[in-house]
Amino acid sequence: MLLFIIKGLIRDRSRSLFPLITVALGVIIAVLMYSYMSGLTQDMVDTNANFSTGHIKIVTRAYAELIEQQPVDLALLDIDEILREMGELYPEIDWTERIYFGGLIDVPDEAGDTKEQAFFGGIAANLRDPASKEHKLLKPADYIVRGRMIESENEILLSDDLATTLKIEMGDEVTLIGETMDGHMAFTNFRVAGTVRFGVMMLDRSALLADINDVRHMLDMEGAASELLGYLPEFDGERTDRLAAGFNENFSDPDDEFSPYMLSLLDHDNLRGLFNYTDHASTILISIFVFIMSVVLWNAGLMNGIRRYGEIGVRLAIGEDKFKLYRVMIYESVLIGLAGSLAGTTIGLAFSYYWQSVGIDISGAMPDVGMMMSDVLRTRVTTGAYFIGFIPGLFATTLGAALAGRGIFKRNTAQLFKELEQ
Amino acid sequence: MKIIPLILITIISIAALAAEQPEAETIIRRVDENITPETRIATSSMVVHGRRGSRTIRSRSWIRGTDQAFTEYLAPPREAGTKMLKLGDELWIYSPDTDRTIQISGHMLREPVMGSDLSYEDHMEDPQLSGRYTPELEGEKEVMDRDCWVLYLTAKVDNLSYPYIRIWVDKERYLPLREEWYGSGESLLKTLEVNEVIQIQGRWFPKRMLIKDVLKDGDGTELVIEEIEFDADIPDHIFSRAALRD
Repeated sequence: MLLFIIKGLIRDRSRSLFPLITVALGVIIAVLMYSYMSGLTQDMVDTNANFSTGHIKIVTRAYAELIEQQPVDLALLDIDEILREMGELYPEIDWTERIYFGGLIDVPDEAGDTKEQAFFGGIAANLRDPASKEHKLLKPADYIVRGRMIESENEILLSDDLATTLKIEMGDEVTLIGETMDGHMAFTNFRVAGTVRFGVMMLDRSALLADINDVRHMLDMEGAASELLGYLPEFDGERTDRLAAGFNENFSDPDDEFSPYMLSLLDHDNLRGLFNYTDHASTILISIFVFIMSVVLWNAGLMNGIRRYGEIGVRLAIGEDKFKLYRVMIYESVLIGLAGSLAGTTIGLAFSYYWQSVGIDISGAMPDVGMMMSDVLRTRVTTGAYFIGFIPGLFATTLGAALAGRGIFKRNTAQLFKELEQ
Repeated sequence: MKIIPLILITIISIAALAAEQPEAETIIRRVDENITPETRIATSSMVVHGRRGSRTIRSRSWIRGTDQAFTEYLAPPREAGTKMLKLGDELWIYSPDTDRTIQISGHMLREPVMGSDLSYEDHMEDPQLSGRYTPELEGEKEVMDRDCWVLYLTAKVDNLSYPYIRIWVDKERYLPLREEWYGSGESLLKTLEVNEVIQIQGRWFPKRMLIKDVLKDGDGTELVIEEIEFDADIPDHIFSRAALRD
C-alpha cells in the first residue's frame, strides 16, 4: 500500500512537487526562524552574563538599589571571605570578582596639561593572572584591535573607538580620574597596552579594561569588590531565580543595607521581560506560520482535488470506499510532509550552521540602545532546530489535505457517471 | 460717612508698609554687596556625610571678585596637596599623585566634588545673584528666629545650573539663611541651610551651613568656615596655573 502511494507520488509529479516545495520552503523558514530566535536569546544571555550580570550576582543591598549607577562606595567588603563561603555553599558555581567604575580619562600634552578628555566606563577584573577565568568570560585577547594584553601594573585596554577619538597611541600614558570608595578624588596614571572592540555598541563607546588589583589601589578598595559574579555550567532562569530567592532568604538581612544580596541575570535591565517576550514571540511566530502554511496547502489540496476531480470520481464510481480514499489522500500528504520536512530541515540547518559561524554585522543599523547586545547577529543551532520544522511540515500538510479531502464526501455516487459523461 | 476715614486709614497703612519694604531688586543687590567682598581668604572644613560614614576635608581658599578662586586641600592625607584653580569659566585641578594639571570641563563639571553634595559647577557659579536673576518678593517668614524675606529668583539667561532659586534673606543682615535651588521644570535639586552666622569686618557671613542634594542619599554636606578674612591683598601669581605646581 505504502509503496503503491509512493510510486504514485513519484510518477505523478504534479501531485507531489508543488506541495513538497511548499513544505520544504516553509520548513526552511521555520528552522531559520527558530535558530535565529535561539541565537538572539543566547547572545543576550552570554553578552550580559560575561560582561555585566553573571548568571547570578552578589552585591550589597544598598548597591542593588542603585545598581544602574554602580556605586563603588557601596561595594562588598572582605571579598576573600565571601568568595570562600560561596565556594563552599555553591561548589558547582564559578565565582569571579569585579569592580565596575566610571570617571574621566585625561590625555596629557607634552607639558602635562589636558589635551583630550572623555568619560569612560571601566571593568576591573583579574586580567593579569594568565590562569584567571576572566580570559574565558571577557575574552579580551580575542577582541584586541591594536597593541597587546595587559601584562604589567597600571596598564589598561581601551575601547578602540574611544582611543581613536582621543588620538591615543599604544604605550601612551593617560590619567584616570575617579572617586575612591570613600568619596575622595582619585587620580592615577595608566599606560594604554592595547585597544579592544567587543562588537557590543554599549561597550565599544567608552569601555576600559583594567586589572582589579590596580583599580583597588586607585579606588582605595583593598579587599573589596563592587560585584561578585557567579556562573553555572549552563544558564537556567528558573534555577537562578531559585538560587537567588534561597540565598536572600537565608543570608541577606533586610535591616542591614550592607549585607550581601543575590540577583539573577533576569533581575537586570528588564531582561526577564525581554526573555519572556522573545519566548512568546517565537511561539506566536511559529503558530502564525503553521496557520499560513496550512491555508496554502489547503489551497494546494483543493487545486489538486479539482485537477483530480475525474480520477476521484472514477475511483468512487468503481466502488472505492470514500473513507479509504480519504485515508489514502491523508497518507499521501503525510509522505509529502515528511519528505518536505526532511529536505527543509536539512537545507534550513545548513543555512543556520553557516549563519551561526559567519554572523551578520548589523552595527550600522543598530539603534543606540542601553541594552547590552552584540551587533553581530548569529543563529544558534539547538536540538530543537532539528525537530521544529516537522511541526509545520507535517501538521500543515496533513491539515491541508484533511480540509481539502472533505470534498470526497460531498460527491454524490448517483451523479458520478453523469458527470463523467459530460 | 464713617466708612471713608476707615478706607483712608487702610490705604495709608498699606502705603506705609510698602514704603518700608524694599524692592526685591534692592534686597538682592544688598545681599550681593554683603556676601561678595573684593577678596577673601578662608580656611574651611567640608564634612561629607555618606552612607558608610562621614569624612572631613579641610581646605584654604583665596578668592578675588567672582571669577578668580584658588583652593588648596590640606587634609586628609589622600587629598592634601590637591589644588583647584578657577579663572573665569575655566577650572583646573592639580593632582600631586600624578603630577598632572587637569582641566575640568563639560559634563565633568556636574560631578560632585570629593563625593560631596556640591558639584564643580556649583564651585564655578558666580555667587552674585542680581545680574543673573529676576527676583520676585513672595512673602516673609522666620528662619533661625530671624525675620526673613522670601524671594523667588528666575534666571535671566538660559545656561545657568539652577534656573530658579528661592531664598530666605535676613531682613536686617541681608544674608540668605536658607536657599532652594531648582532645575528646569522647577524641580527641587538642592537645598542650603545656614546653621550659624558670624560677623567679620562688618559683614555677616555664614559660618556653618548644610548643603543637600535632594537626588542623593545621605545626610548632605556640611560646610564650616574656620577662619575668614575679607579684602586682604592677594598676590596675582596665586591666580595662575603655575601656582598649581608650587
